[in-house]
Amino acid sequence: MTPLLQVKNLVIDIPQRAGGEPLEFAVLPGQVWGVLGPNGVGKTTLLHTLAGLRPARAGEVRVKGRPLQAWRRRALARMLAVLFQERHESFPATVMETVLIGRHPWLPPWQLERPEDIALARQALERLAVAELAPRLLSTLSGGERQRVAIATVLAQAPQLWLADEPTNHLDLHHQVGVMALLAQQAAAGCGVLMCMHDLNLAARWCDHVLLLYPDGAVRAGTAQQMLKPELLSELYRQPLVAAEVDGARVFVPVK
Amino acid sequence: MVIERRFCWALAALLLLSVSALLIAVTVGSVTLSAAELWAVLQGGGDPLHRTLLLDLRAPRAGAAFATGALLALSGALMQVLLRNPLADPYVLGLSGGAAVGALSAMLLGFGAAMISGSAFIGALCSALLVFGLAQGAGSWSPARLLLTGVVVAAGWGALISFLLSVGPAERLPGMLYWLMGDLSYARSPWPAAMLLVAVMVLALPAGRSLNVLARGPLQAASLGVPVVWLERGVYVLASLLTAVAVTTAGSVGFVGLIVPHMLRLVLGNDQRVILPASALAGGSLLTLADTFSRVLIAPEQLPVGVITALIGVPTFLWLLYRSR
Repeated sequence: MTPLLQVKNLVIDIPQRAGGEPLEFAVLPGQVWGVLGPNGVGKTTLLHTLAGLRPARAGEVRVKGRPLQAWRRRALARMLAVLFQERHESFPATVMETVLIGRHPWLPPWQLERPEDIALARQALERLAVAELAPRLLSTLSGGERQRVAIATVLAQAPQLWLADEPTNHLDLHHQVGVMALLAQQAAAGCGVLMCMHDLNLAARWCDHVLLLYPDGAVRAGTAQQMLKPELLSELYRQPLVAAEVDGARVFVPVK
Repeated sequence: MVIERRFCWALAALLLLSVSALLIAVTVGSVTLSAAELWAVLQGGGDPLHRTLLLDLRAPRAGAAFATGALLALSGALMQVLLRNPLADPYVLGLSGGAAVGALSAMLLGFGAAMISGSAFIGALCSALLVFGLAQGAGSWSPARLLLTGVVVAAGWGALISFLLSVGPAERLPGMLYWLMGDLSYARSPWPAAMLLVAVMVLALPAGRSLNVLARGPLQAASLGVPVVWLERGVYVLASLLTAVAVTTAGSVGFVGLIVPHMLRLVLGNDQRVILPASALAGGSLLTLADTFSRVLIAPEQLPVGVITALIGVPTFLWLLYRSR
């Protein structure tokens, strides 16, 4: 099986910082990867590098076996989508307009959104339980509602590879679980998912692979089983942790 | 539906407004034509005096006013997307300042109308190149950097304009001031402006959806497949060219480029595919009507059209802003 995303000897480029250990991993269809690491370690930079939004310092990223640079932007946008942590709203826009932006890579320049695009956008909004907000202005929504609209936009983009930067930001517990279930469902349908996150318990519950980025530049990649261990994670966050098994999932609690 | 029915109605209404504005502009004046006389001339007959008045004097001026207003509003709408700032206008990056320095220098040297237009155009282009190069700098292009560079360059031109005005001989001052406020009495042929308008519309409309995406920020746009760098450069070049031709035709007419797109955004939302053509039609109508007022208000004297656009635009804008959510 061709990996959706293959990373070889990749060193991300963070200005005024030493390179650190090169990254080496591959995301296959059906896999859900969690990227864990303390604040400022370069999770977002890694995500942007994988999406081709910023150059790497060294190494190579291949999407579906083709080097990232060989992709045309539009074709790449149909293949992989990014859920950003920060979003700019310079002009007021409605929720519907925002979600339809996700259809952009699928439409030729002159083409207006077709009925099937509208239908896809509507389905995406329904999937994230924000359909009734469609005519509202984005600026009138709460943080969690905006986050769900952003996820619906990526869903409307219909990518094979999801690169999500903290997808559960601003969400209440119910919606956190809903979003993780959505990502797992996408993976089950043959997509690949790679997300940066801070919640170890969500990672333990939903990710099958984990990438650990250490502040000293070291990296570890492997199955969730191998990576989500209290000793590795305590070192990662410089915070002693204890683990317990509840309902078939590992949970982590900080030591006081 | 995204291109909703109300957008079609809005565009149709603006088209009607444009036609009416142009008809009013060619009928009203020192000799006001009746509808029947207007019809006779349009049919190819009528009084020869009326024919000259309408076809040789009023129609070119009305056409120039319409095209200039449309160019300015379109340029303003593009600048607002480029700078991701709804308060941007065509002059914010110093283009009008460069054009003014060019035009005023030509006036001081006693050149004729053609040279004044030519040096205004060259001044505007110099300013656009200067800002483009400086904003590029050692790093990357960000809207904030572009805006700051433009504002500072504009301030520099402002100082030069004051200098030219203070050393200019008294008899040339009214002409210089009129140019600065925007004045269509120098406008000769409407064709360069009109042709540019059509060309830019053909280029900008298919990019409308990409511009909508660009308004969400460069990273989001790039991740959705938009060639951000090329699009931004393209918008900058087009907006500069539009402004340069507009100020060359009619001097630096204020407010049209800021108020028209902004007003339409308040009413129609921010889909550039609607805002761009709507801005062109509304900007053209506004300047055509304003120019007609400027000819008749204190006839036989003429007012600079910039005064009228501000007098119409400012209260309308404030009223819309007050009413908006």
